[in-house]
Amino acid sequence: MSRKRMIQAMNEALLEEMERDPRIVLFGEDVKASLFGDTKGLWKRFGPDRVRDTPICEALISGMAVGAAAAGRRVVCHMMFGNFVYTGMDAIANQAAKLRYMTNGQIKLPITYLAVSGGGRSAAAQHSDAIHPVLANLGGVKVVMPGSPADAKGLLKAAIRDDDPVFFLQAAGRGGEPGEVPDEEYVIPLGQAAVRRAGRDLTLVAIGAMVRPALKTAEALAGEGIEVEVVDPRTVVPLDLETILASVRRTGRLVVVDEARDTCSVASHLAALVAERAFDALVAPIRRVTVPDCCIPYAPVLERAVLPGVERIEEAVRATLAWRRPA
Amino acid sequence: MAAGGSNLPREELLEMYRRMVLIRRMEEQLARDCAAGKLPGPVHLYVGEEAVAVGVCQHLSERDWITSTHRGHGHFLAKGGDPARMMAEIYGRADGICGGFGGSMHVADFSKGIIGANGIVGGGIALATGAALAAQLDGDGRVAVAFFGDGAANQGVLMEALNLASLWKLPLILVCENNGFSEFSPTATVTSGSIAERARPFGVPFAEIDGNDVVAVWQAANAAVRRAREGQGPSLIEARTYRTRGHVEYEVTFITEPYRDEAEVEAWRARDPIERFARRLREEEPGMGEELARIDREIEATVLEAVRFAEASPEPDPARARGHMFAALARGDEP
Repeated sequence: MSRKRMIQAMNEALLEEMERDPRIVLFGEDVKASLFGDTKGLWKRFGPDRVRDTPICEALISGMAVGAAAAGRRVVCHMMFGNFVYTGMDAIANQAAKLRYMTNGQIKLPITYLAVSGGGRSAAAQHSDAIHPVLANLGGVKVVMPGSPADAKGLLKAAIRDDDPVFFLQAAGRGGEPGEVPDEEYVIPLGQAAVRRAGRDLTLVAIGAMVRPALKTAEALAGEGIEVEVVDPRTVVPLDLETILASVRRTGRLVVVDEARDTCSVASHLAALVAERAFDALVAPIRRVTVPDCCIPYAPVLERAVLPGVERIEEAVRATLAWRRPA
Repeated sequence: MAAGGSNLPREELLEMYRRMVLIRRMEEQLARDCAAGKLPGPVHLYVGEEAVAVGVCQHLSERDWITSTHRGHGHFLAKGGDPARMMAEIYGRADGICGGFGGSMHVADFSKGIIGANGIVGGGIALATGAALAAQLDGDGRVAVAFFGDGAANQGVLMEALNLASLWKLPLILVCENNGFSEFSPTATVTSGSIAERARPFGVPFAEIDGNDVVAVWQAANAAVRRAREGQGPSLIEARTYRTRGHVEYEVTFITEPYRDEAEVEAWRARDPIERFARRLREEEPGMGEELARIDREIEATVLEAVRFAEASPEPDPARARGHMFAALARGDEP
């Protein structure tokens, strides 16, 4: 194990995979300058054929990823900010997500779209959306949301090796977060949730950037003898519902934390699934901690007011534990 | 022999005639099927525009890539797609080229370099640009062709593709089929300036040609494809043609205002690319009439066989409706 930042772990994954498979081509906006650090050094290492700076034209590059993949390449397409994915949405929603299905599975589309997603850095409304619910609803793309540096590396390698379009969403502003990363080669399969902390009183599902505040909350409550089990889905498509259901069956209570606007958030989807399939195991209503249905504001005090954090998570956990069936 | 000074070999001319007639007869069949209520979904026919697909695809092998449009049957057939499996697809049958999952607007055959028809106007342009990137990296002289209409020429992605393809010298041929209409709007009412000349500021060579003259298309495509294969970069061809049928087959049932004069349609019918080409071939070689009649009979048989194949094919299994979204199934993914 070595201590590494998430962005370093991602950089290693890209480097190792591009070494491993010469058919990988990586392109996007400013990948040479690498403003986040994930593509740092790749241009130097692999040259201008395989690592390409594109103009700022998301409609084109998101579609080029589909065409190049259909023509036999393995593609990493850097979309920079999640909000820029909207500009490339035709190729993503109408082409990448549908081409395989529409053509009766004639092709594989091995594409990894990279983007940072979510808020927390005063980047304001057009650079702070958490885009995973929109993507998850498309049906034909996988959505990966790592919660730690080790997961980021293992999941990015899996995303690149995957034969389908995958969105790898790095939580905005969390690239510098350190963590222990295995030194040996490893790949984390898509669709396997991780139980980050075991506990018998309540299941706390936390997605992507929410894993950290969820763990902090669990730690704080442990001092009071409250045992919270923290489950990190790691990928929202495919979703490892079994691990979540098994946890809820053990604890009887569920809180889901998702940095997404409330309406049609993944938290809402998970709440529905658990209510449908494990209603008998629940001893309290499911609660969701999400972003209200508003834009992400600029001023730090405003932004903190809408993004889920330790306080709101703790409040939801306590309320769920305190709930009693009305007499 | 020469047609219009083209010096094209006789076999090549006959092959182009054969392919144009194949597209025409297949689509006339589809028009009848649509009127008879036999087709489950909409069809956008290419009647009158056949010379463009055929003149371009004549230069391509199965290893080259094309992307197409919602009016895509012609490109599919010109690139060597199987008529019977296309017919079965449009009938919504299990033996369709896409198993009945795509229909008319999504006929595709990757084994023949046909990335597919596309229901999104301009949707194929970025895909072809990506395929051209893959071809450039492969370095084996392959090219990618994006067919699109005058309507798609007003989508921003065309500008994006011209810019990047020119910068990267991608082996891309952008073929605009200017058929006079952007769905139900005459091109002039929604398009300013010249489409061909949109290539100029990007340093991309362009040609504006008579799209109803298959030899003129062949010649323009010859130059563009050769340039792409030699690594010199992209080209734009604007082929001026005309959509003699509607935007979509049953449009008379919902169009409230006529959007064109019948006289205009008649004038373009008089310039029908197949009849013009046949006339020229007959003029240049007196014995050609019999040869063309033989091809006509062959095509009639091909179309009949395609219909027979499609009708005999079963409907797809509804149990498969949720399948193959992903290449690799993962846990919790699908049933």
